[in-house]
Amino acid sequence: MVAALLTLAAACGGRSNSSSSSGSSGSTASSPGITDTEVKLGGSYPFSGPASAYGAIGKTLEGYFKYVNDQGGVKMGDGKTRKITFTTYDDAYTPANAVANAKRLVEQDQVFALFNTLGTANNTAIMDYANQQKVPQLYVATGAGTFGVNPTAHPFTTGWQLAYPTEAAIYGQYLKDSKPDAKVAVLYQNDDYGKDYLNAFKKAIQGTQIKIVSEQSYETTDPTVDSQVTNLAQTGADVFFNVTTPKFAAQAIKKAGELGWKPLQLLNSVSASITAVLKPAGFENAQNIVSATYIKDPTDPQWDNDAAMKKYKELLPKYASGVDPANSFGVYGFAVGETMVKALEATKKPTRDALMQAVRSMKGVEIGLLLPGVKVTMDGTKDGYPVESGQIVAFKTDRFVLQGKLIDTYEGKSGTLGA
Amino acid sequence: MSERRRVVLVEGTAKYRIAVAVVALVVLAIAIAIPYVMPPFRVFQFTEVLMIAIAVLGLNLLTGYNGQISLGHSAFFALGAYTTTVLIIDHGWNYVLTLPLAFAVAFAAGFLVGIPALRLHGLYLALVTLSLAIVTPPLIKRFEGVTGGAMGRSVPKPGAPGWTGLAQDQWHYFVVLAITAVMVLIARNLVSGRIGRALRAVRDDGLAAETMGVDLAIFKTLTFAYSAGFAGVAGGIFAFVVGFVSPESFTLVLAIGFLSAMVVGGLSSISGAVFGSLFYVFVPVYAADVNDALSGVIYGVALIVVMFLMPAGVVGVLRRVRGLVVDVRKPGAHGPTVAPPVVGRDLSEAAGVPATSSSAEL
Amino acid sequence: MAHFVQQVLDGLASGAIYASLALALVLIFRSTHIVNFAQGEMAMFATFIAWQLFTWGVPVWAAIAATLVVAFLGGMAVERMVIRPVEGSSELTIVIVTLGLLLVFNQGAGWIWDFIIKQFPNPFPAHVFDVGGVRTTAHTAGVVAVLLLIVLGLWALFQHTKIGLAMRAAAENPESSRLVGIRVGRMMMLGWGLAAALGALAGCLVAPRLFLEPNMMFSVTIYAFAAATLGGFDSPGGAVLGGLIVGVTENLAGTYIPFIHQDLKILVPLLVIVAVLLVRPNGLFGHREVVRV
Repeated sequence: MVAALLTLAAACGGRSNSSSSSGSSGSTASSPGITDTEVKLGGSYPFSGPASAYGAIGKTLEGYFKYVNDQGGVKMGDGKTRKITFTTYDDAYTPANAVANAKRLVEQDQVFALFNTLGTANNTAIMDYANQQKVPQLYVATGAGTFGVNPTAHPFTTGWQLAYPTEAAIYGQYLKDSKPDAKVAVLYQNDDYGKDYLNAFKKAIQGTQIKIVSEQSYETTDPTVDSQVTNLAQTGADVFFNVTTPKFAAQAIKKAGELGWKPLQLLNSVSASITAVLKPAGFENAQNIVSATYIKDPTDPQWDNDAAMKKYKELLPKYASGVDPANSFGVYGFAVGETMVKALEATKKPTRDALMQAVRSMKGVEIGLLLPGVKVTMDGTKDGYPVESGQIVAFKTDRFVLQGKLIDTYEGKSGTLGA
Repeated sequence: MSERRRVVLVEGTAKYRIAVAVVALVVLAIAIAIPYVMPPFRVFQFTEVLMIAIAVLGLNLLTGYNGQISLGHSAFFALGAYTTTVLIIDHGWNYVLTLPLAFAVAFAAGFLVGIPALRLHGLYLALVTLSLAIVTPPLIKRFEGVTGGAMGRSVPKPGAPGWTGLAQDQWHYFVVLAITAVMVLIARNLVSGRIGRALRAVRDDGLAAETMGVDLAIFKTLTFAYSAGFAGVAGGIFAFVVGFVSPESFTLVLAIGFLSAMVVGGLSSISGAVFGSLFYVFVPVYAADVNDALSGVIYGVALIVVMFLMPAGVVGVLRRVRGLVVDVRKPGAHGPTVAPPVVGRDLSEAAGVPATSSSAEL
Repeated sequence: MAHFVQQVLDGLASGAIYASLALALVLIFRSTHIVNFAQGEMAMFATFIAWQLFTWGVPVWAAIAATLVVAFLGGMAVERMVIRPVEGSSELTIVIVTLGLLLVFNQGAGWIWDFIIKQFPNPFPAHVFDVGGVRTTAHTAGVVAVLLLIVLGLWALFQHTKIGLAMRAAAENPESSRLVGIRVGRMMMLGWGLAAALGALAGCLVAPRLFLEPNMMFSVTIYAFAAATLGGFDSPGGAVLGGLIVGVTENLAGTYIPFIHQDLKILVPLLVIVAVLLVRPNGLFGHREVVRV
């Protein structure tokens, strides 16, 4: 039976126009997904399922590219102005669906590049496919260090945001400078994201007087993290490193306040949002919380007169009406969208190789919604990380106040920071 | 119901055999045509359908014959997936050869779970198996050395051998189709064999069967084990077809998906497993095409509507349609058979699940 | 020692959350013999309604009261429109329908109110009690007090009122109940309405602690199932005790058993349940169903 089936299948032969060959592009001919007037991009997002919150990034980007097209499109490096077609599919945050979506985008929609697909697992699941097909998998929406660590093995894949290990290293440095004998209690999400932070932080404090006195993990299925925070508090640690997503961050900050535990709190940038975390947790519990950030917070009054922020707040309701401008995912979407446009502007030929060339040779490119001084810089196969600098901010009264100088000492070094 | 227009087919006659053969050929033709007429990503999705169908088939054994509901089959699926992953990456096994072991490992685990499951019925068993589904992801993370922990592991996807001239997605499809065929045969043999007969006897009249010496416990436990084994094979396929395993792929949501696919398709039927899996894979895709933001709502509504319109699943409707056109009779029987009964609560209460027509198609 | 007591108190606080939803599960099971997988999501949805009223300027207790009424009517409507059409079907069919409802409420709430966490007003004083370094909040004390009142109320309803007895009869044996003049359909609607209102109250009480978002009740539902399983699906007192046991054991196991840690702490209540069910297949306080042969 089995043999019969396979023989029959073989007898029928393969597809006449096998699309797997579409990836190999000649040096002069243009790649699939790009014409003289249009360039096609595609991404996979969780619009349904437990992680639907992140779907806001995809919606924002759809709106952002519509805005770009309304302005005439993007003038690419070959002198031609093209409109961007951005196709998104729902993956419900599951890798299997992300694989199906990536295939659909590449083989059916014939996108020029995959862009900003969300989630560490989902991007890992499609990474080999994208690189085999030689389709760019650009600016993936995750801070996992793995997407920039080895550009030679995965030349078509890049991250975008400040990587988790880099941010963790910044906290390590901050403690070395301000609290060299710190006793640290860590709360982290028990997955790749939490471990990325934790391991890089451990590496950063190696050989110092700083000690981790307690580590507590939580699962995303835990209703609360109260028990974990209670355990951390009783160690008497004087630093609380809070590596959690917004809901758990708010719970933890509130619980620490209720327990009367008053350590120096380091809050990962994932949850450094005023409306989504600190306000629900109570401003009285959130005073002096320290975070390292690379992007402007839309709810922070200090950016009220910032040109890029004003434009964002004007455009977002028009182009992505479903996304709350106070939502940091909106800012994220605009910033990564602008980076993509800058990359296309620098692309000299209508080929995927040329796009990768442009992406990997970006130097000191400024993006309106990133913190002043934070620039997108990559360097061929030597530096696979676009954003590598950040700044310490401390929460005072109702806003984050920038502390000290921009930390850009990790430029080009992010790959060495992870464990 | 009008009798005049129905075609009468008597089981065992040449006419009946020809009819069955025609249907089988048409189904086979469609199955073989899919990878040639569909774009690659659809072929991938159809491969997923077959994979899910294998797991649903296993669940069907459990529910259709044991009358047990499991919300924990994602655990056995995960066991199979990681067995295959480890054998391929760490031991260099051929991907197809890993599947018997994926089956065996899940089978053994299913046997162990099946023993305590005997004492529980209906709701309580469902909730205990639900706990299996819940502890699976954290357990996977705990055994990081083997499973790759939260980071997951990438599994090399097998390419098509050169002589076939097939693309990778087509090759995967045919391999999984062949495996599905094997699993269907195993399921059929189980059901028509000793276990199936014993279980049917138990289901139809437990007391009588027991007094006649059927060792209920061992058969029920074995059925649980086989059911888990099927999920294990499906998991093994997942590993090399999707090419990436991580704890988030094996959550309660998956187990609930199996269950809903089984009920939507229709209990105790092979074609039901396929229809249910088609629903499971494609309805969310099309719902998202209608409206991204509302796709979850649409899927939920679709589930409810299907239950309203076809409480016995897609297969129930198909049987009714067939009943309108064809009248299948047992040899020697006279007069019309009644269209398959819509399964009612009365029949099901003893087992806590819907009873199925006793001439189950599995 | 203070740390131990603190963990027990935290566990009781979590347990009270599980118990409050478990009560709704028990109520619906007692009055309709249905396990409603959407119970938590209905509660979450109702909590969003209360939150919306509050943000429109309604005082918090008034918003909660109004929401209970809306939830009661909504629960009855769901029974009439979604459950009644499949009433005669198998248990499994009804399970799938409630799973469909779960998706509709969960994703619908996200569509209407998005997925960003919301701050739900604390209906109790913001006071923190501190006894010898052990701290608990007035909120936790308030939730436990309300829970006890509900248990008493349910007990009185089912044991001492005509309507409660009629609800039980309708669930146990619809056919005979019809014969003695009980309007079974109405009793079922009433059961769903009460359970929805109870769930809504649970949602409003726990939201200040868990923070409101569409997935707020999903994991709580799983723990509530555990609580109800442990206590017995037809015993309100058992459900509350089950919830508290689950809450405390998971905290203590996560804190004191080295192998378990926080990541596997859910294993402990689940093992407790399996152990209990193997000894008493109907839960600690459940009643054995008698099957007629």
